Amino acid sequence: MNDRSSWPLWEVFLRSRRGLSHQHVGSLHAPDWEMAVQNARDLYTRRGEGVSIWVVESAAIHASDPDDRGPLFDPPADKVYRHPTFYKVPEDLKL
Amino acid sequence: MADAAADPREAAFQAAIDAERSVEPRDWMPERYRATLIRQIAQHAHSEIIGMQPEGNWITRAPSLRRKAILLAKVQDEAGHGLYLYSAAETLGVSRSELVEMLQSGRQKYSSIFNYPTLTWADVGTIGWLVDGAAITNQLALTKTSYGPYARAMVRICREESFHQRQGFELLSQLSHGTPAQRAMAQDSVDRWWWPSLMMFGPPDDSSPNSAQSMKWKIKRVSNDELRQRFVDMTVPQARALGLGLPDPQLRWNENSEHYEFGPINWDEFAQVLKGDGPCNAERIRVRREADAGGAWVREAARAWAVKHKPRSAEDAA
Amino acid sequence: MSTAVVAASDRYQYALYLGDDCLILSHRLAELAAHAPEFEEDVALSNLALDLLGQARTLLAYAGLVEAAGRDEDDLAYGRDDREFRNLLLVEQPNWDFAHTIVRQLFFASYQLPLYQLLADSQDPTLAGVAAKGAKEASYHRDHARLWTLRLGDGTEESHSRMETAVGALWPFTGELFQADPITQRLVAAGIAADPAALELVWRDQIDQTFAEATLERPVELGVRQGGRSGLHSEHLGHILSEMQHLHRSHPLATW
Repeated sequence: MNDRSSWPLWEVFLRSRRGLSHQHVGSLHAPDWEMAVQNARDLYTRRGEGVSIWVVESAAIHASDPDDRGPLFDPPADKVYRHPTFYKVPEDLKL
Repeated sequence: MADAAADPREAAFQAAIDAERSVEPRDWMPERYRATLIRQIAQHAHSEIIGMQPEGNWITRAPSLRRKAILLAKVQDEAGHGLYLYSAAETLGVSRSELVEMLQSGRQKYSSIFNYPTLTWADVGTIGWLVDGAAITNQLALTKTSYGPYARAMVRICREESFHQRQGFELLSQLSHGTPAQRAMAQDSVDRWWWPSLMMFGPPDDSSPNSAQSMKWKIKRVSNDELRQRFVDMTVPQARALGLGLPDPQLRWNENSEHYEFGPINWDEFAQVLKGDGPCNAERIRVRREADAGGAWVREAARAWAVKHKPRSAEDAA
Repeated sequence: MSTAVVAASDRYQYALYLGDDCLILSHRLAELAAHAPEFEEDVALSNLALDLLGQARTLLAYAGLVEAAGRDEDDLAYGRDDREFRNLLLVEQPNWDFAHTIVRQLFFASYQLPLYQLLADSQDPTLAGVAAKGAKEASYHRDHARLWTLRLGDGTEESHSRMETAVGALWPFTGELFQADPITQRLVAAGIAADPAALELVWRDQIDQTFAEATLERPVELGVRQGGRSGLHSEHLGHILSEMQHLHRSHPLATW
């Protein structure tokens, strides 16, 4: 994997002022959890959008989808994103 | 290439798309769908990041403190938009490191509009009015794109970008109703940026080879030509409100079609800029590479500290 | 409580001290847009710049009001020459590298936070208001600088070395933070200004704690460079102002 910065990927969850639970808002890169929280505050609450912030390393999240969507759903992979994090973009891909 | 019907998942996938179901990160998808999305989302992200440069060019010279604050906030938003989009791309299994490497090596592109120079303060307003206006036209359509994370990033971005367009319009309005020198500055700016803005929507769809498949998969919802027409129709009255002319003698309202007709676009110029021969291509990439190289020691230090002090992270355990 | 009469000119100067610090430091941070070591840091540094610019605008507008010569925030920001600027020398020092940016931030924010905490009790309601809001921002700025100081000080050999260089380059400007000139002294007596001398212990404490964790050292005595509060700046301010003021000054009758 390209190690340009080797800052891990973190998923960010925010509970807004009137919210009842934390919602997933996106992801960011940070070297550790303290910087992840600070970066999340800068990136996702710039307009006073959120109060409580959770950051979780993407690699720490395990997922299983209980809904069987037929041929579109493979046996449960435990990663939050389906694909491994080293997809190589084909050289010859013309778009 | 394998017959689509031979893989039952392709047919089921297309049926879900046709039924306006959103595709989510854990769904099966054709490799080509994934590759197309990665490229499109990444190039969108790269555009935001590179876009920080032509506008950032004027932060330190902004002629009032209020304008300085507005411009700083705008450029900051662009960094944020880039991050939302890289985040969406990463759900498809590519790392941000790889994407930035592809930007810097030229393997992936960014919107060619940012290869034009911001020569005057008025350009800051014009970029907000025309370039962001064009981007919003495109992005509104993308809020209905089939890939969930991309659509959601678009909703967030559109909300923030409408503020940018209004600010750009307001900046230009101040100039066009100001001193003679300011009026001249505004008109000169629009004269330089109008045609490149129209080119932002890409070539006519009949010369766009992959449009058809992108439309079928609902990655792309509206054609290039239709988006361009929407933009022109929206913008011409705005130019009139500003009291600024547009550099197209063929621009006129067509009573029958109820659209504005406009003159021919110089697609040779577009091709040249896309190829790398625009005014600022080299500069934009050079600045990006320098920021990246210059920041390497910082990023390494942060990671080294994390390993020393917080050794029980999931990444290190893996 | 003192019933001393406060000269408008004193109040005006003091607002410039505070406002120019924010204006010039904000400008230095704004230079880094699109050049930060990581995109997340671009967002963070812009936040700092925006906070400081907001404080600068309020303080300069107030200075103009107090001066009562019809000057607004822009007249003061763009119309004064370097000799009339009142910022600390520290804030005009360049972004030689990210270590310099962070050390400058750590030194300034660790000073500005206790300053604003004291100033929140000022007899002057405008200054008290700026300080109350600004203290929250300064706290965040200090945290940001602290987090980075630890990571760069105790990261790699290269980062440690760069931090040592930055501390060496910026330490000379630390003494000026705690100097109370006659104007400030009069305003402190009147309950308007915060006494800079009262900030020194808190500042040293914070810096020492952070440096210890970051494996960084510092000279025993504070630095001796000064002059900013009376308009005698380093060569850097002239360049900052050339860039900042040129367009505004080129169009004297224009509004933007």
